[in-house]
Amino acid sequence: MSILGTRVVRIEDPAFLTRGAVYTDDVQDEQLDGACHVFFVRSPLAHARINSIDLSAARDAPGVIAAYTAADLVDVPELAPMMAAVDQHMTQPLLAGDVVRYAGEPVAVIVTEQPYQGEDAAELADVDYDPLPVVVDMSDALRDDAPRLFPAAASNVAITFGDAATFDTGLFDGCEVVVTRTIENQRVAPAPMETRAAAAAWGQDGRLTAWIPNQGAQGTRAALAAMLGLDQSDVRIITPAVGGGFGAKFGADPEAGLVCLVAKRLGRPARWAESRNENLAGMTHGRAQRQTVTIGGSRDGTVQAYRLEVIQDCGAYPKIGTILPSLTLLMTPGPYAFPRAESAAVAVLTNTTPIGAYRGAGRPEATAAVERAMDLFAAEIGADPAQVRRKNLLPPFTEPHKTAFGAVYDTGDYAAALDKVLAAADYAGLREEQARRREAGEISQLGVGVSCYVEITGGGSEAGPPNENGTVEVHPDGRATILTGTSPHGQGHETVWAMLASQELGIPMDKITVKWGDTDLIPEGGGTGGSRSLQQGGAAVRQASLELIEVARQRAADRLEVSASDLVFDVGQSQFEVAGDPDAAVPLAGLAETERLFVRSVFSAPGPTFPFGAHVAVVEVDTGTGKVSLRRMITVDDAGTVVNPLLAEGQRHGGIAQGAAQAFLEEIIYDSDGNLLTASFADYPFLSATEVPSFELVDMATPTTYNPLGAKGIGEAGTIGSTPAVQSAVVDAVSHLGVRHIDMPTSPQRVWRALQAARAAAGPAAAGQTAAGPAAEEDR
Amino acid sequence: MKVQLTVNGEDRCDDVEPRLLLVHYLRQVLGLRAANVGCDTTSCGACTVLLNGESVKSCTVLTVQADGQEVTTAEGLARDDELHPVQAAFRQEHGLQCGFCTPGMVMAAIGLLAENPHPTETEVRQGLEGNFCRCTGYHNIVRAVLAAADMMSSAPEVAK
Repeated sequence: MSILGTRVVRIEDPAFLTRGAVYTDDVQDEQLDGACHVFFVRSPLAHARINSIDLSAARDAPGVIAAYTAADLVDVPELAPMMAAVDQHMTQPLLAGDVVRYAGEPVAVIVTEQPYQGEDAAELADVDYDPLPVVVDMSDALRDDAPRLFPAAASNVAITFGDAATFDTGLFDGCEVVVTRTIENQRVAPAPMETRAAAAAWGQDGRLTAWIPNQGAQGTRAALAAMLGLDQSDVRIITPAVGGGFGAKFGADPEAGLVCLVAKRLGRPARWAESRNENLAGMTHGRAQRQTVTIGGSRDGTVQAYRLEVIQDCGAYPKIGTILPSLTLLMTPGPYAFPRAESAAVAVLTNTTPIGAYRGAGRPEATAAVERAMDLFAAEIGADPAQVRRKNLLPPFTEPHKTAFGAVYDTGDYAAALDKVLAAADYAGLREEQARRREAGEISQLGVGVSCYVEITGGGSEAGPPNENGTVEVHPDGRATILTGTSPHGQGHETVWAMLASQELGIPMDKITVKWGDTDLIPEGGGTGGSRSLQQGGAAVRQASLELIEVARQRAADRLEVSASDLVFDVGQSQFEVAGDPDAAVPLAGLAETERLFVRSVFSAPGPTFPFGAHVAVVEVDTGTGKVSLRRMITVDDAGTVVNPLLAEGQRHGGIAQGAAQAFLEEIIYDSDGNLLTASFADYPFLSATEVPSFELVDMATPTTYNPLGAKGIGEAGTIGSTPAVQSAVVDAVSHLGVRHIDMPTSPQRVWRALQAARAAAGPAAAGQTAAGPAAEEDR
Repeated sequence: MKVQLTVNGEDRCDDVEPRLLLVHYLRQVLGLRAANVGCDTTSCGACTVLLNGESVKSCTVLTVQADGQEVTTAEGLARDDELHPVQAAFRQEHGLQCGFCTPGMVMAAIGLLAENPHPTETEVRQGLEGNFCRCTGYHNIVRAVLAAADMMSSAPEVAK
């Protein structure tokens, strides 16, 4: 019986549970003996000229070994924007020199003997700032008279995708109904439980070894080598256990580079672990788009045209968030068969923390936009939002479908996903209960939100199609080792890669060791992100295992002096047998005795895959206070064939929760001076166990033909589907009171204000009653 | 200042800075690094340990406050490589992914079950409200705690 498709518990868990996993701050290594501790002095201002930095008092503080400013880094070039099309003036210094551009930007480094001493000494750092005009809002940053982050650049615009000026003025011709709305896809914090950290040691040979929590050691090595002007062969990245990444731990941040520089200058290992306060201010944030959607169609529910205009807030420096609108635009029409659609985006700098990838990275934004548009359209024509979706979904397809935006959807049956989720949710029953509460005028109103989505996973790069390498080695003692270019940080690759190899080699899972994240051991790899790992890295492990059997088969043939074609590999016994003579056998492990038995294989996919699904969210909204309670989440998330349902469900649970949290809870807030008001977990409303229900998962698996596993990515799907479903449910709960839209997060304040505005718009006579008044504008 | 305390059954006597947090004492002085630091505001619970059998956030306890008391960390739970029922349930129900919150979450769950051996789902969620997890959406953590409660009530001798 196949182990694939079964609920195998994780082999990595016992160590995690009994001793705790070894994260970067836990690493004990003789190369790090006597390490000094690095602390960063960060700017309290969002935009300011630095007149001077006096570190003399800090240098005299107890335990201080050294202190540095940008003046000590004149030989270290600033970081160039990662894309050539971005204005090349927009460079990021490792330490701010003349100007700080966001609150929390590092301006000085203090190095101490003991960890607590840095924070003490930082109090004595005297930085003289001249405040500069601040621009926090992305729309403000586009104005001609906006404060400029880089006066040498033409404007605050980092890059544009498409051109709104060339939009088809006749796009909505012939539509009976056209609705337009500007909506916020607010800035949120990835907030992995493990904050950023780094440890660095330089060898006698001049090579750098750095321990950095990351999502792909090879990418981190490339980024760090470029930052420090090193040859990649002179850098070894070791990836300890990583306490969550969510897109924000790709590459290398300036702080990690500075830790390496400190270690080099002092000739002594150095380490750094940031506080949560630093993490919320310094690690990249996610999302941060302002979207204007326009949707038009006929009163029978057919959508004829859709337009999406995006402003992407980049934060103060153009990091990966700057280019994520390209993915948003790629997925413009989502799962729908719109006859006409167009989109464009502009990415602009503001005096805020830079924007990076966050679970979904560009695709949740596309889904949120189109789903909100579908709801607005349905509300305008007075139709059921699920039925309007059903009417406009693409029909099922098994041959790749190319959209007008260039995406090639591999396989999909979007209507089946919607039907399944509506049935599981008892949608009709929910609508009945909603009608009852509305009729009774209850304070607690029921809201039902529906979303449909398709997303892109396992994308390739400019360098070529999606691919990943895997190495499988069988040892004479019957054990096996797998090397992978992916980089698990909670996904369970140790378990699943062992399942895949065990399935082909017949070696028990507990005899298989999976290794990743050490660039000396595994020089190439794409890491883990974009929901790519199983469909490429897992497929590579399977492919390497099968190729290894063929290598072994030839050795077995030589050993047994028979023709290779006469040999049968008995997976159950993990041995080769001569067909018709079961006594003539040789174990697979035995073939590794005289010569190493291993295969490194690269799996290439023809293209990215497109998981899809449909979510239903059920909320209760207290119409007196505006408080939202998430009661149910029912989801179909079709990611093709599932190798380990236990782990795939875990990915869905986590994704659903993070997406829901964006819809009704989480938000990074700056004041108009650029002060971060959500700089701790006391202020940032991180989702807790009391704020979500248990989730109701519905199975659906439409295999892809792009890899032999039939698997698509599952890491981000939950996040993509749940955000619009929950937002929609909140609006739905109060729609009968005249509310058409509430921006995320649907906090009590926003819901309460929307209700007040709706009541006011309906007139005094209708206040407090069920009112079918005009759609109320919510005051942002 | 001199402190004397018992950690995972072992008597300890150390000279510590008065401001040293218990979590840093455990991690830096004793090398017990299962408890993690995830925030600065007693919000996340990654550092949760048992102090005289009650779960506390060790980032909000000074080492000197623990003087004369008994501390249990995740390292002190498993005996002879056999997982504590709560640990076993976390594994069985896939209640952990990246693992960073896990040692604290397990200790909080043990504290919760000591107070309320038969909690409802709502009581589990309320009991763990002060322990954040970014990976699991709490779904399987709740399942694990409920499963552990069942396991411990059917085999009370391992409950301690």
